[in-house]
Amino acid sequence: MSEKLLVTVGPHHHAPDTVARIMWEVTLALVPAFLVSLYVFGGRAVVVTLCGVLGAMAGEALVQAVFQKKPLTLADGSAVLTGVLMAFCVPAALPWWTAFIGGFAGIVFGKQCYGGLGHNIFNPAHIARAILLASWPVYMTTWLKPGVATGWIGPLPDGVTAATPLGLMKETLRNPDLMHSLAASGTTALQHTFHELQIGWTDLLTGTIGGSLGETGKLALLLGGIFLLIRHHITWHTPVTMMGTVFLGTLLITRDPQMAFFHLLSGGLFLGAFFMATDMVTTPMTKVGHLIFGFGCGAITLLIRFKGGYPEGVCYSILIMNAFVPLIDRFTVPRRFGEVRAPAQEVKA
Amino acid sequence: MLNTRTFSGGLHPPDLKTTGGAAIIPLPPPKKVVIPLSQHIGAPGKPLVTVGATVEKGQPLSEPNGFVSAPVHASIAGKVVAVGNFMHPFGIASTAIVIEGTGEPEPPLSPVATDGLSLPDEEIKKRIQAAGVVGMGGATFPTHVKLSPPASKPIDTVILNGVECEPALTADHRLMLEEPDKIISGLKLVMKVLKAKRGYIGIENNKPDAIRLLDEKLRGEENLAVAPLEVKYPQGGEKQLIAAILDREVPSGGLPMDVGVVVQNVATAAAIHDAVFHQLPLIERVVTLAGSCVKNPGNYRVRIGTPVNEFIAAAGGLKPEVPLAKVISGGPMMGLALFDLAVPVIKGTSGILCWSAQEAALRPETTCIRCGRCIEACPMRLLPQRLKTLVDHQRWAQAYELGILDCMECGCCAYTCPANLPLVQSFKLGKKVVFAERKREADAQKAKGK
Ligand code: SF4
Ligand code: SF4
Repeated sequence: MSEKLLVTVGPHHHAPDTVARIMWEVTLALVPAFLVSLYVFGGRAVVVTLCGVLGAMAGEALVQAVFQKKPLTLADGSAVLTGVLMAFCVPAALPWWTAFIGGFAGIVFGKQCYGGLGHNIFNPAHIARAILLASWPVYMTTWLKPGVATGWIGPLPDGVTAATPLGLMKETLRNPDLMHSLAASGTTALQHTFHELQIGWTDLLTGTIGGSLGETGKLALLLGGIFLLIRHHITWHTPVTMMGTVFLGTLLITRDPQMAFFHLLSGGLFLGAFFMATDMVTTPMTKVGHLIFGFGCGAITLLIRFKGGYPEGVCYSILIMNAFVPLIDRFTVPRRFGEVRAPAQEVKA
Repeated sequence: MLNTRTFSGGLHPPDLKTTGGAAIIPLPPPKKVVIPLSQHIGAPGKPLVTVGATVEKGQPLSEPNGFVSAPVHASIAGKVVAVGNFMHPFGIASTAIVIEGTGEPEPPLSPVATDGLSLPDEEIKKRIQAAGVVGMGGATFPTHVKLSPPASKPIDTVILNGVECEPALTADHRLMLEEPDKIISGLKLVMKVLKAKRGYIGIENNKPDAIRLLDEKLRGEENLAVAPLEVKYPQGGEKQLIAAILDREVPSGGLPMDVGVVVQNVATAAAIHDAVFHQLPLIERVVTLAGSCVKNPGNYRVRIGTPVNEFIAAAGGLKPEVPLAKVISGGPMMGLALFDLAVPVIKGTSGILCWSAQEAALRPETTCIRCGRCIEACPMRLLPQRLKTLVDHQRWAQAYELGILDCMECGCCAYTCPANLPLVQSFKLGKKVVFAERKREADAQKAKGK
């Protein structure tokens, strides 16, 4: 009976989740939003996403094989996920090679530089976006009009670009003459924006508006978010506080419920709140930490949208809050069981 | 009956309990038993017999060596064939007495029945120690010591632990169903000795039949009650049990008696009854045998000292078609993997799990992704991820400050970690080193003071 027995320290069994499973399931949760972008932006959405993913995988493979001489971990899905997320927060009109560079740079400068998976401070997809925005600002602000055929790659035909709702809103508010005439005709800035872009509330929900590749399909993103909640890969704390802060903050600033809904449903808030601000590696580890993080992201998003130069602030708000994570973690250490109520007993000599 | 309660943290591993319906089967005495002198926390007893001696069933083989010590007894009648070093289930060799049975039919132990509750407290404790009763939930702390708290720590509540939160184990469950009166009697004895005012029997909600039965039996007993508990691991941890039932937190580094509580396992309570009412020594216990390699999974009454392989054989053996990969003594969360099946069943053995390669499959370690699941799961509310890093970097002082000594090695963190990090392994090592460092520092302080 005494063959070789396996001897390990307990626990002897294990929850089914692995790092790879989590990464692939988060990627899966992005599929509905991807289908929406396919419908809204056509073939370019596929090309940009694919190139982003390939770039990320190439970056990961290059660093691991050439510099670290370690076995490749492409199968764990984390590079693929970074590639997809990067693609989701850039315009679908981006040239394919720019997307490739984005994915590549995100992995190399956003993740591997810090020591690889688990060690990076900033969300690699957002690092990639920041690098692209600094390098190719025009490409990064050329938004496709929803539902217009533009082919798969190559130069864009004329007349296929349009402003994003947030962009147009900002321009409108900044144009005193326009605001004046709008006021005279009894139109709000919101009505003007909707009218100019020929969209309505349903478009904000379904995603048939201009914007980054994967951020427009709010309902689809919500679906993915609910999946992640059910699978316990995220908790409600970050998304709810982040979106709640933006919603209530807008309500407080504008005193207009319609504007509050507009800011909730525009830009990258859903994508950021469900998929970026919940990235495990770059956000706090406890639930209290999540609440603080979500609130901070929401507050900075508001600040940028209302006071800053950019129409949208989700990406930078998350990057800024990423930097505070060590601090948040330090101040949200749970009270230990049996702590406080009595001092630790000294070891008896 | 109280309302359902629980503690913070913890998790829900699959319960794997397939033998809850299997009544306890007493196994015949084995041909040979190996009885380690050390089956408890504290000093091993001093042997009383030498090779060649003939021993009766139930005869003491050792005498306690100091207060925190317990004797062991012959679990079969026969001849002492060896006194020497034998492998212990904990993976170390230790002194054990080997008895070969006579093979003759056993006369029953003559139980001298006394009304234990009318005995003086000192006599009760003496009988408990003489019977070699130790904590049978796995911790194996000598019971009479737990029943002798210093006068400065009055005990108001006794909790019997019938939680059995480890997956796969059902021995306590069956005992509660089959010997509820003994358990209740044991509880009353403990309460009498400690002058405790209230007694609870904590049972997880996955054993509704046991809850119902004991609740019925306790009807009319004003100061005794069943406390149903949410099914959550490690609900049976002493500190978690006390927190759930009484909402009291045992201080870090402290003991249940610091908050006026003593916890005893239900099997221990039954053994206390036998020891006090019948002066029966602890020579057998109920062990769950389970796992996909086992032919007849179930709950068996096994003599202490029965080698694990003989226990398995006596219970019907293993399935030839399922190769054995891992044998665990105890539960899947905190049990010990056995390296050798010649080691004996001891007083703290609650289960033997025989797992196939599929059940025992290991998963490769990857990288921590800071998911925070370990923090969420830790019933002691520690930071396992941080502690692991500190141990890896040998930052012992910081590990101490973050409470590594509070870690109860329950395994929740490692169970849930998607990166499969060997967290518990780290903490076992870390605790040893931190403890040694603290002791060294304290000694140095003392030397300086002189
Ligand atoms: S093994 Fe220790 S650190 Fe891990 S969950 Fe249990 S008590 Fe917490
Ligand atoms: S559960 Fe594992 S992967 Fe998650 S934070 Fe803890 S140690 Fe890291």
